[in-house]
Order: sequence, then structure tokens, then C-alpha cells
Amino acid sequence: MSPLLNIKALNAYYGQVQALHGLEFSLNEGTVTTLLGANGAGKTTTLRAICNMVRTSGAIEFDGAPLSNRSTENIVRLGIAHVPQGRGTFTTVTVEENLQLGAITRSKSGVASDIERMYAYFPVLKERRSQQAGTLSGGEQQMLAVARALMLRPRLMLLDEPSFGLAPLIVRDLFNILGKINREDKVTILVVEQNAQLALEIADHAYVIETGRIVMSGKAGEIADNEDVRKSYLGY
Amino acid sequence: MELLTNQILAGIATGAIYACMALAVVMIYQAIDHLNFAQGEMAMFSTFISWQLLQWGLPYWAAFLITLILSFVGGVLIERILFKPLAHAPVLTNVAGFIALFAIINSCAGLIWDFTIKEYPTPFGSAPFLGSQLISTHQAGMIGVTVLLLIALYAFFTYTRVGLAMRAAASVPESARLVGINTSWMIALGWGMAAAIGSIAGMLIAPVVFLEPNMMGGVLIYGFAAAVLGGLTSPFGAVIGGFLVGIIENLAGTYIPGVGNELKLPIALALIITVLVIKPAGLFGRPIVKRV
Repeated sequence: MSPLLNIKALNAYYGQVQALHGLEFSLNEGTVTTLLGANGAGKTTTLRAICNMVRTSGAIEFDGAPLSNRSTENIVRLGIAHVPQGRGTFTTVTVEENLQLGAITRSKSGVASDIERMYAYFPVLKERRSQQAGTLSGGEQQMLAVARALMLRPRLMLLDEPSFGLAPLIVRDLFNILGKINREDKVTILVVEQNAQLALEIADHAYVIETGRIVMSGKAGEIADNEDVRKSYLGY
Repeated sequence: MELLTNQILAGIATGAIYACMALAVVMIYQAIDHLNFAQGEMAMFSTFISWQLLQWGLPYWAAFLITLILSFVGGVLIERILFKPLAHAPVLTNVAGFIALFAIINSCAGLIWDFTIKEYPTPFGSAPFLGSQLISTHQAGMIGVTVLLLIALYAFFTYTRVGLAMRAAASVPESARLVGINTSWMIALGWGMAAAIGSIAGMLIAPVVFLEPNMMGGVLIYGFAAAVLGGLTSPFGAVIGGFLVGIIENLAGTYIPGVGNELKLPIALALIITVLVIKPAGLFGRPIVKRV
């Protein structure tokens, strides 16, 4: 089976500073993959590189087609949903309009029923549907960001630190829902996390990244069981 | 008492034009974070186009509609050709761009149609409105067209997907791209709409101030005052600001001794300064906090 996303010799730059050095990894369709590593290792940059939001060289292929010459919005239109760090909430519009925006590239049919599906996953969003999204708590905004990304009906979902700043119970719920989405809707997931323990629980495959390079890869279970890796890279 | 009512109604009528100009300014400000100094000249040029169409014998509303469409296309072209390349340029580069645009449009209008003052027709006539001496039919028409325009814009931004996409692109551009919105075209669309709104203001005010290349100078300053008063981040505020500035201008001209017609313009400038000192975000704006 050819991989859904294939990254080869990827370099990324912020101005003169090189953030990724020849990164290589791939994802198979239908899997959950986690990218682990410390602060500043290049996790966020990797996700931004996939969506062409930083200057890169190297090859990124999605479903066999190169992404390098596409603009961010055209990459999204291929079915790649990105839940950015900081959640990217459209604060000045309502919760429901945020969800509609998630589906703005799709035809109108099925949008209303998808919004109801999101409300079933995240009942709190239904309660707040006509509120300005900027008034939501951090946890609620994170749920909204995930729901908004799902409204695209993505083939691949990129999540940047979904657990950041959330209460442990909410994080647990969120990851359960992500697992469910992966199983039921066959959405391939790439999740970047500081909370390695949690990410490894739902992931099939894990990569460990350090200073812009992949230093370790393997089945999530093996990485979780490898005490050396845990101590040196994952900090638990 | 009649004088007061009369002045307030007249203020609302000119205020409608200021509201349109303010709205045009705010739409572009929301999209690219710069004040379009050439907004008035764009409106003036549109008004000349409509005048030319009328000279060629088109009926008023046909000329009105064609001008609206041409202005929209013109606004989009200006963005694509001049301001898209400046998207990441420093503020001063953009300011220079606006001033250049101002000078180019002004001179072109003078070159094509010369600087003599021309009469411009009103489709509403200038008889007393409904037999009342308070306002004329043209003033009532100005208010009526503006209200229709505002309702149409409200419906567009609230109920259409493109309107929602434009609001999203103006509020958080990066997230907008991440849901697949082409933010660059949303900006161009904003320019087109601002140009069209400005053309309406120009065509409605031309029968009052007469048609000539410098007709919109004063109007644009009132429009800026309206936008600042209502809040540059709030289209709703800009509209309210427009009406308020119109009323304040008229009342001050009538009741403050020594102001009269000649000193009305400084009132707009005084208003801008007062608002910026006391409440920089305006009546309805959000304070803008920048992380540095």
C-alpha cells in the first residue's frame, strides 16, 4: 500500500534559520500517527510545512501528488484539515458560523447534518451555538477547532497540540473522540503532542523528532515500552 | 423648532453619504489594515463615468447600474494591480500607493472631463418631500437608497457563504486559509464592493456638491470622521458614525455662532481628534491589541 502522505528530504526555513533538516516520514491511510518531541524540535513546523505555511524545500506528496506548488487554501481543498496551535478560532463570528466556515469549500448539501453530528460529539457547542466564538473557554475553543476541521470531511487531519491548556478530563474526552473519528470515519490523523503518554495510547505509529530530524520511529506500543526512549525524549 | 427638525433631517441626508463613504473606508481597512485615501477620488471617477453615460443618452437607472458594475470591476483591478504586490510592504509604502492613486485618478478625471463644474441630475427631483418643507425629494432619495444599500449589505454578510468567508478572512486570515478560503480574492472582492459603495455615494451627492474632480475631498474627510467616530473595526459603527457626523455638522453650522457654512469642515477634523484622544477605538469598535 502506498502511503497517504509521504515526506522526503524536507527542509524548512524561517528567514535564514533552518528549522527542519531532511525530515523523512510517511503515513498510511486510516492510521493515527503521532509526532513527539520537545519544545522547538520542529513539530509545529512540520505541520505548517505540509500546509505550505513556511518556506520549504524537499518533497511532500499527498496521495501520490506533490503539494509543493500549491497554496495553503488549495492544499486544504484536497482534504487536509489543520487544527492549528492556538486553535485559530474565528472569534468575531458565532460558534455555528465557525462550523459552517469549516465546510465552506464543500457544496451546501450535508453541511447541516454534519453540524448536528458535531453537536452530538461536542454537546457543549450546541448549547453555545449562537454565541460569539471568542467568548468560549479554551477547552470549548479546542473542541470547536477540532469540529471545524472535521466539517471539511477531511481525508487527513493534522492536529497541533490539541491537549494544550486543557483540563485532564477534557483531554481524555477529546482523544476518545479522535479515536472514534479515526475508526468510524476512516480519517487519517497526524497529531503533534507534548503529552506523549496520551498520544501514544491512541496512535498506531510514532515518530520522535529532535532539532528538525526524525531520531526514532516505530509502532506506538514499542516506543511507549522503550524505557530509554521515554526517558531521553519523552520525559515521563 | 422647525429649523431644528429641518437641520437634523438634512443632516441625516448628507449623513447617509458619509455613512457610505465610511463603510467603503472600513471595508478596505478591515481587509488590509490601511486607510484608503483615494476612496473619494475613486467615487468621483465613478460619478464622472455615470455622467458620461447620461450624456450618451442612457436612462438614469441604467447608467447607475452600469456605473456600479464598472466601479466594482475597477476596485478589483486596482487591488490586483497596485495593492496586491504591496501586501507585505511597510505602512509608508502603502500610504505612498494611496496618495499616488489619489493623484492619478484626480488628474485623469481632469484630463478626460476637464475641471469645470458640471451639473449632475437627480432622479428624485428637488420638490418638497410629501409636501413637507422639511426635506426635499432628493434628500429623501439619498436616505432611501442608503437604507436599501445597508439592508442589502447586511443580508449579504449575514446570510451568504461568500459574506461569511469575507468576514472570516478579515478577522483571522491564517485560519481562513486553513479552511480553504482564498483570502487574497476576498480582499479584492472587498475592494470591488468598497468601490461600488463609494460610487453610490458619489452619484447621490453630485447633485448637491456639483460634479468636478475635487468634489469628494470634503466628503471623504467627513467619511473618515464618521469611520473614526463609529470605530474603524465596526461597519455598523461606521454607518451610525456617518449619520451622527451629518447631524453634528449641520447643527454646529446652524447653532454655533461663527461656524456657518465656511467652517463646517474643521468640525469633522475636530471630531476626529476628539475621538482619537478620548476613545480611540470609536463608539462601536474593538480596541486593537497587538503583540510585539
